[in-house]
Amino acid sequence: METAPLEIQKHEAELQESVDHSSSVMAIEIGPSHPAMHGIVRFTTYVDGELIVDMIPEIGYLHRGFEKESENSKWIQVTPYTDRLNYVSPLLNNIGYAMAVEKLYGVEAPRRAEFTRVIMGEISRITDHMTCLGASAMEVGAFTFFLWFIKAREYLWELVEEVTGARLTTNWTRFGGNATDLPDGFLDALQDRLDKVKDVMDECDRLLTKNKIFIDRVKDIGAISKEDALSFGFTGPMLRACGIPYDIRRSDPYSVYEELDFEIPIGSTGDCFDRYLVRMEEIRQSISIIEQAADKMPVGPIQTLERRVHYPDKKDVYGNIEGLIDHFKMVMEGHRPPAGEAYLPVEGGNGEVGFFVVSDGSGDPVRVRLRPPCFNFVEAMPKMTIGHYIADIVPIFGSINMIGGELDR
Amino acid sequence: MQILLEILSIPLVQSLLKIVVVILLFAMPLGTLMTLMERKWSAMIQDRVGPNRANAGNFTGNGLLHIAADGLKSIFKEDTMPEGSDRFLFLIAPFFGLIAGVATFAIIPFAAPIGDFKFQIADVEPGLLFIFAITSLSVYGAVLAGASSNSKYALLGGTRASAQMLSYEVFMGLALMGVFMVYGSTRVSDIVDGQNQYWFGSLIPQWGVFTQPLGFLLFTTALIAETKRAPFDAPEGESEIVAGYFLEYSGMRWSAFMLAEYVAVVGVASLITTLFFGGYHVPWLHLWTSAPEWLVRILQVLKFSLFVIFFCWFQIQLRWTVPKFRFDQTMALGWKKLLPLSLINTVATAVIILIFV
Amino acid sequence: MSETATPDAEAALTLTQLIAHEFPGTVRDSHNHRGDETVIIKREALHRVCKFLRDDERCKFELMVDLTAVDYLEQGRDPRFDVVYHFKSLSLGHRLRLKVQLNEDDLRVASIHDLWDAVDWYERECFDMFGIDFEGHPNLIRLLMYEEFEGHPLRKDYPMDRQQPIMPLREVEERHEYGRKF
Repeated sequence: METAPLEIQKHEAELQESVDHSSSVMAIEIGPSHPAMHGIVRFTTYVDGELIVDMIPEIGYLHRGFEKESENSKWIQVTPYTDRLNYVSPLLNNIGYAMAVEKLYGVEAPRRAEFTRVIMGEISRITDHMTCLGASAMEVGAFTFFLWFIKAREYLWELVEEVTGARLTTNWTRFGGNATDLPDGFLDALQDRLDKVKDVMDECDRLLTKNKIFIDRVKDIGAISKEDALSFGFTGPMLRACGIPYDIRRSDPYSVYEELDFEIPIGSTGDCFDRYLVRMEEIRQSISIIEQAADKMPVGPIQTLERRVHYPDKKDVYGNIEGLIDHFKMVMEGHRPPAGEAYLPVEGGNGEVGFFVVSDGSGDPVRVRLRPPCFNFVEAMPKMTIGHYIADIVPIFGSINMIGGELDR
Repeated sequence: MQILLEILSIPLVQSLLKIVVVILLFAMPLGTLMTLMERKWSAMIQDRVGPNRANAGNFTGNGLLHIAADGLKSIFKEDTMPEGSDRFLFLIAPFFGLIAGVATFAIIPFAAPIGDFKFQIADVEPGLLFIFAITSLSVYGAVLAGASSNSKYALLGGTRASAQMLSYEVFMGLALMGVFMVYGSTRVSDIVDGQNQYWFGSLIPQWGVFTQPLGFLLFTTALIAETKRAPFDAPEGESEIVAGYFLEYSGMRWSAFMLAEYVAVVGVASLITTLFFGGYHVPWLHLWTSAPEWLVRILQVLKFSLFVIFFCWFQIQLRWTVPKFRFDQTMALGWKKLLPLSLINTVATAVIILIFV
Repeated sequence: MSETATPDAEAALTLTQLIAHEFPGTVRDSHNHRGDETVIIKREALHRVCKFLRDDERCKFELMVDLTAVDYLEQGRDPRFDVVYHFKSLSLGHRLRLKVQLNEDDLRVASIHDLWDAVDWYERECFDMFGIDFEGHPNLIRLLMYEEFEGHPLRKDYPMDRQQPIMPLREVEERHEYGRKF
């Protein structure tokens, strides 16, 4: 779009003629590189003094071609890509993708694998909520709250590192089970860390939840009605804050959530304060789920015994011919789920994380699609922000928990 | 030797020496120390250690050398000026804050006078009105910086700063009306001496915080808003308008803004101590009648410094504990809550003085 | 799962049967592979069927979950593109997948942006990635890619390592329309 200088002058002259000089609207870019735009998003905001009259979001700055990349990989090679989608709760993405392909195969993971998936998934959910709440509190000015949550998050990431080997790029689930089992002594360390996390939660709760300045900043800001929320496709904590108790773990139960007892916190008005409270309560509910799952942990294999879905044990690979052939075919040809398509929704940190996978029977994926929950939230951002002040963009955008990796894929 | 004493007895030379001592040995060192202590004390609250890496060879001094490191870094940075900015205003804007912050120390007494020699640079009759005048001057720094940088974020920050600082000056003045009435003078040394009286015979000193508790709260709030410290740092934005009015500054000019802010922190602490916490008077020291004069002066300076450091600590930990106000909430707080309260305070003080004294 | 929550006197109709009953002749195919109820309908009926799905008491699909497309070029299938819609009903609990099959030379389908607000960006992304023209969409421009991008990346004939021409930096102020009314 290279315009010659003369054309720019003509363009400016046209603008000047058409400009309504009596209005005081100024266009300001809450631009892509901005301290509060975690994950890079650009908002062109039209402001009248400090009042926002219009807003145009622009996304796509972190688009890395996840879907195109997965079409050119084998099925198992897509799992590391899913870590990097919602990079603050990578295990939930791993679990969602593995379960979607397991649905294509028609196999189920064994019970112990399901329980460990629940534990790791809920740990991921806690870290997701902690990052969201901490970052948005920091931007409102409560810097100490953020650092205490980061300290609590470190305890949890140490746990994740013990099991999967990495804090963020976990790559832990396989089709039909998990890659590694829980190490010895993990459940005791888990209980110990969860107690510490509960202490931090209590401290932070005392710091901010009844603080008048914080409440003034977030109450009645960014409210959205139930009908609008449903029309915009909200799911997850944002929808629950509006008062609709939609949780995929309850409405389309997967894994072993039917055996676990937990409550779904819902808000009433759908403003930022309700979202904050819903997320804080969900952290506590997740802690309770983890404790229940740790109590009920069965013994058993962590990978399904179906051939052609899982890599056989090393003693079988080197011990008998079937294991050797299975291992060879799996590594050389990759997984070959039967032809068909499957959509499996999983309750992610942000809402409904749905993997839509299409297979044609050969080893190459035809389509791997992630349904990004925060796509809808950023789409609804103008609706939530118009009529508020510039200073309100920050708490609203913080409460959305936009993760760039998930939004742009 | 004789010539030296003669020169020293000229009042002008004495004033110049006092200025040099106060600025170079009190205001500036404490101000730069506060830049480091802000990071250290905030780290203490946040469960971490804070800066402790700057070293010269083996000596780290637990982070003390960061002061020098920061200063040197700012000096060597590139001094940018945005295209299209008003050159003259852009250049002079940082210095208003600095001048206003340092000039606050002109009327602060550090110890009781020895004979004719006052430990105060200028003990003028309208002492406190001088403070109002100087803080009004510091508005220019923010406004000029915001308006002259060719940037929308800076403009927003400068607008916010001007509105906020002008409003809170009003309340600052009103909050001090009570102090004038109680101690009967605007001369600062009179106010400090007035706080040396005791109630119930040498039991409770008549400090400003006891005679004017509401005035103390209002004045502290107004001064913290005046210096744009948290929770009133909407002009400094930091999350929505990235850095507000000093967005386009870099290098030593930006350091001048930061230094002005921290010197103002020390200035605010000194003002609060002087007006509400007895200034330099050590409570109950008059009971020790045989104390030598030089010891009394040293104790007074120590007491003053301790209280100043305590109030600096208070402002810093206030910043890291409470979230920030939105800008219209700052204005609403000022005009709708503080203004009526300060008027009530003035009237109530007048009534009480009339009836009981 | 296709369950209707209220056991009526009449036999509980599956959603496929319901759509076939209300809009005869529009259902091309349907299946229930792995429990996901899927209906393939004709392109002309899309808007009517979606409106029915949203409003009718037996369907009540408040949530438009996902809108995407699949390219079957490598499999050599003749309607090359599948536009896939996922819906979820919160009050009745069922899900549905709706598909419309399009040919490459006639890549248009009606836009359903007036039924759910979320559809706006999903259709823009679909256009961006596949080049499908959604008729009636108010603002069908690219979403994830930049404006001067050439081609539609998720099509199978777009090679993964294709290089795009380098664009000069564009002026930001041209995007601000100061004269518009709010």
